[in-house]
Amino acid sequence: MDTKPTASAQSRRKTRLFMIGAFLVAATAFVVISAGGINKNLVYYWTPTDLHAAGDKAYGATIRLGGMVAPKSVRGRTGTSGLEFDVKDATGIVHVKSSGVPPQMFRENIGVVVEGTMTRSGYFQCNRLMVSHNNEYRAPKSGHKMSKDELQKLMRTTEGLKD
Amino acid sequence: MKRNLFWLAIALLAAAVYFGLLVTIGDQYLHADLSLGLPVVARTLVAFLGGLAAIVILLIADDFSNLSRPKALGIAGVVFLLIGSYFGLFVAPPEQFMGETQRIMYVHVPTAWFALVAMTLAFAAAVVFLFGGDHDWDARMEASIEVGVVLAFLLCCQGAIWAKPTWGVWWDWDPRLTTTAVLLFAFLGILALRKFVDDPHRRAMWSAVATIIAYVDVPIVYFSVKWWNSLHQQQSNPNTVSKPFWIPLRANAFGILLLMTAFIMLRARISALRLKHELAPPPPLDDAELGEAI
Repeated sequence: MDTKPTASAQSRRKTRLFMIGAFLVAATAFVVISAGGINKNLVYYWTPTDLHAAGDKAYGATIRLGGMVAPKSVRGRTGTSGLEFDVKDATGIVHVKSSGVPPQMFRENIGVVVEGTMTRSGYFQCNRLMVSHNNEYRAPKSGHKMSKDELQKLMRTTEGLKD
Repeated sequence: MKRNLFWLAIALLAAAVYFGLLVTIGDQYLHADLSLGLPVVARTLVAFLGGLAAIVILLIADDFSNLSRPKALGIAGVVFLLIGSYFGLFVAPPEQFMGETQRIMYVHVPTAWFALVAMTLAFAAAVVFLFGGDHDWDARMEASIEVGVVLAFLLCCQGAIWAKPTWGVWWDWDPRLTTTAVLLFAFLGILALRKFVDDPHRRAMWSAVATIIAYVDVPIVYFSVKWWNSLHQQQSNPNTVSKPFWIPLRANAFGILLLMTAFIMLRARISALRLKHELAPPPPLDDAELGEAI
């Protein structure tokens, strides 16, 4: 303890000035990021509504489209390429053709983010399909541990991808 | 030293474990009401604030003289992790859609919480250091950053392992993932900065300033899922998580809390000893060396 550097009153005043400076920089950065334009300019994905609103800007460029897989819109077999489905939000809907293999979680009414390009033919050509999960984690209805067979059956029935 | 504060922290931790974990275990598996009449909101508050207050008091009360306390806390942390892992792997049912994969949540979520808590401790230590110039707080800051960086790194790895089977990708430049990566590299950068500054006082001052600025990213990580469209889901709460999942989640949270506190206490001790060594006058040359020098 005796070998610790003892701060003089002058150097302590200096460190406090540094602290105030650091707080000013930090607060400014936080305000700029949370309230400033970054919020609007930094977009991870477009919703179908955003995509329709973008008009010509939507074509050609690589973009991400996010929304829900519309019920009864999924065509194509599970685990193969050539999958087609509709992505919708509250007011818009976009037809998507995907070339990749969908993740296991893919089913109707689940959130997806697809990466690709909007074509002039009116569908979205997807080359990267990601499934997003919501913040709900539920035990199976019985509340007890399920057998593997039961679980697989449940998975199959909820996937909505019957042949 | 400061025995009373240590035992106060242990009492707070005991209350947090009782209301956060034991009441739920009683409710789920023993069919016993252990709540002592406290409503669920009050129990959650006691668990949350009690746990956080305990960490802060333990760090303030620690004068680096006692090694058995961090060791005991670390062992208790491992015990909680074992309990949590047992419940998480063998007792809790699989999630209805995600199945067994969801069990990663029991380590991923507590790791996320305490990565952010460790960075918050580093921020608080930086402020206290800059205010008073006490190098013990510089040691605590360095320790918190290092533990926070390890937790943030584990967080990214666990997230990737969970993302592949769920989202279909290991990584994407989603706002939550990107801001977390920024957090990891910003604090890693501060640890690197410390290696480049030889003068202990300057090193402490500059890294404290950098810590305060880098800390801006912590609330951004937290709010990223609310502010921007993201692939990562929003924060869960007890209403969106089935009760059988609470026990492994909370047991592991207490486990990581205790382990994190123990590691910060031990690591701060190393920092303080290093500083003492740095500032000590060089040992006198012995005769043989003197002979060579002449």
